Amino acid sequence: MLWDWSYAFEILPILAQASLVTIQATLLGFVLALVLGLVFALLRMAKSPWIALPVATLVEFIRSTPLLIQIFFLYFVFPEFGVSLDAFTAGVIALGLHYGTYCAEVYRAGLDNVPRGQWEASTALNLSPFHTFRDIIIPQAIPPVVPALGNYFVALFKETPLLSAIAVLELMQQAKILGSTTFRYIEPITLVGLFFLLFSLVASALIRMVERRLNRIGAR
Amino acid sequence: MVMRKLVVVAVVSFSAGLAVASFAGFREFIPGLLEGALVTIQITLAGAVVAVICATVAGLAKMYAPWPLRWLAVVYIELFRGTSALVQLFWLFFVLPLFGVTLAPMTVAIAALGLNIGAYGAEVVRGAVAAVPRGQWEATTALNMSRTQALRRIILPQAFVAMIPPWGNLFIELLKSTALVSLITISDLAFRAQQMNQTTFRTLEIFTIVLVIYLAIASIITVGMRALEQKAVGAMVRGRGH
Amino acid sequence: MTVQPMVKFDGVTKRYGALTVLDSLDLEIMPGEKVAVIGPSGSGKTTVLRMLMTLEKINDGVIWVDGEPLTHMHKDGRLVLADAAHLRRMRGKIGMVFQHFNLFPHMSALKNCMEAPVTVLKLSKEEARARAVELLEMVGLADKLDHYPAQLSGGQQQRVAIARALAMRPKVMLFDEVTSALDPELVGEVLNVIRRLGSELDLTMLMVTHQMGFAREFADRVCFFYGGKIAEQGPPEQIFGQAQNERTRQFLSACLEAI
Repeated sequence: MLWDWSYAFEILPILAQASLVTIQATLLGFVLALVLGLVFALLRMAKSPWIALPVATLVEFIRSTPLLIQIFFLYFVFPEFGVSLDAFTAGVIALGLHYGTYCAEVYRAGLDNVPRGQWEASTALNLSPFHTFRDIIIPQAIPPVVPALGNYFVALFKETPLLSAIAVLELMQQAKILGSTTFRYIEPITLVGLFFLLFSLVASALIRMVERRLNRIGAR
Repeated sequence: MVMRKLVVVAVVSFSAGLAVASFAGFREFIPGLLEGALVTIQITLAGAVVAVICATVAGLAKMYAPWPLRWLAVVYIELFRGTSALVQLFWLFFVLPLFGVTLAPMTVAIAALGLNIGAYGAEVVRGAVAAVPRGQWEATTALNMSRTQALRRIILPQAFVAMIPPWGNLFIELLKSTALVSLITISDLAFRAQQMNQTTFRTLEIFTIVLVIYLAIASIITVGMRALEQKAVGAMVRGRGH
Repeated sequence: MTVQPMVKFDGVTKRYGALTVLDSLDLEIMPGEKVAVIGPSGSGKTTVLRMLMTLEKINDGVIWVDGEPLTHMHKDGRLVLADAAHLRRMRGKIGMVFQHFNLFPHMSALKNCMEAPVTVLKLSKEEARARAVELLEMVGLADKLDHYPAQLSGGQQQRVAIARALAMRPKVMLFDEVTSALDPELVGEVLNVIRRLGSELDLTMLMVTHQMGFAREFADRVCFFYGGKIAEQGPPEQIFGQAQNERTRQFLSACLEAI
């Protein structure tokens, strides 16, 4: 018998424990991504090319290189400068930074879709740039891109197993430890896979629901 | 325009990185890293072939195949899009041997990454085929072509053009995900970086060079896909007229 | 012996959900006859062509082409719905030209006309090319063989589409509002080509058109559709001269005002 049910049930609580770390890393990483993404997006829109161009280059750079290397980079390089990050923090920052660049693109699309007339009307009303952004532009730019952001939330979640490479005790790392101590890999890794599948399917369904609701609001 | 800028930046920073590295006495890193880069490029190319084949078969099966095949395609797409690339890689690496199937790590790497990107590619194929105007299908019916003939000669060549930019993005994702294979003992670029880091502790230099090499490969992919797109659009002579 | 009709609609009904687009249509078209179908939009006139081209399934009745059932086939002495093989055999008798041309944008004018003869009729490349060149010459595009659709004007594209349909040697040609998408100054060149086909080829033609002048001059018979039925039909002199039906008169006078 390849699959051992009693073993699977035995390790389930251990994996459930580890999944909490996965979920924490996902939530913290995504909050960071949302904030950094907005910062990137706004800086890229800066009038001065001395700000816009380096930021654009940095965003392209982070987007085009592997997350795994970025995780290593943060984890191993910072101690050289005397800043020691624990593995979890380094991992969350790397996730947030990497997906921040994706979110930046999404925000940018959202901002581009706000009609020019909204800017002109704000100028005509003599609103400051800050208030124009906060009260007029952002509230119109964000709702339509919520589904796209949601997709990146799921994508970020699916990349958390990379944190196992720097020994963060999340799901994948726990599964590997279980596998190496009992030499039974099939149950832990399959269970981890099922956990991700379940979460992704539920999340995708939720995103589609939000999308439909937004469409209905938009149609009104 | 942005892309051209990016390429310039990539090339400049790559040469700058190389220069800095050699002047500062990091020359010993370069050959090892370039060997690793070669493995990374091999996996990316082979994975891309697997991905394109899987995506085309699954995407078309999801649209046109009889229900058992269609169902299979949907399961494949959802399964590989719904779980992590790393989980898939480990599953093939650790679990397949338990079924008596032992594959070389390189084969596992190419299969896992190819299947993963292929699942995303299937949606690209489906979307591009669905976007071909209905009138094109109607014209093939009026000319008494079979569905297969229509798909192969009329619909797919038109969908192909629309597929190129999203495939460019997927190939970059593929390149990035090749770093995962270092975790199943393949000595790709990421693996070499880790290894050198552990022996020399010149972390900043090594990882900077490695990131720049990845960026350079990504830029080549981007530029190549741009060129392909321009050629494909040129063959269709800009737009479909009225 | 009486001549058999080339096309025969026998109690054909087409519904979209609760909406009945065509209500038990009976229509016979004789070989070589040129029939113009006119009527307000939504009257079901385009649906007639699309059903005949098998682009739409019918809900009731039978369509016959050249003495054989198109939508159905004989099986154990009964008529059953046609399978794909039967449809493909029957479709060979029919050609269609669309309002929006539907040329293949990735192929030159010549390749557009060669594609189906090669893949479907299995002609050799040389035969298909000779046939395509001859037809493109006939529609006045001998100098545009290697042009892509995007390089051609609307009128030229539509003439390529006509040549492409003719290359399959159909017995029945369907024209679905073929000048509606054209700029006014390009309408004439397309109508001239159709006139030429009418006089030089032995084709049965069925056309949906808004060009009342052309219908009057060219057609043997005009069918006025209203609300999914043929409200009135007859020779052009009768329809355009002394229409019996009130709806026909209203429609035609509205058309005249538009000019």
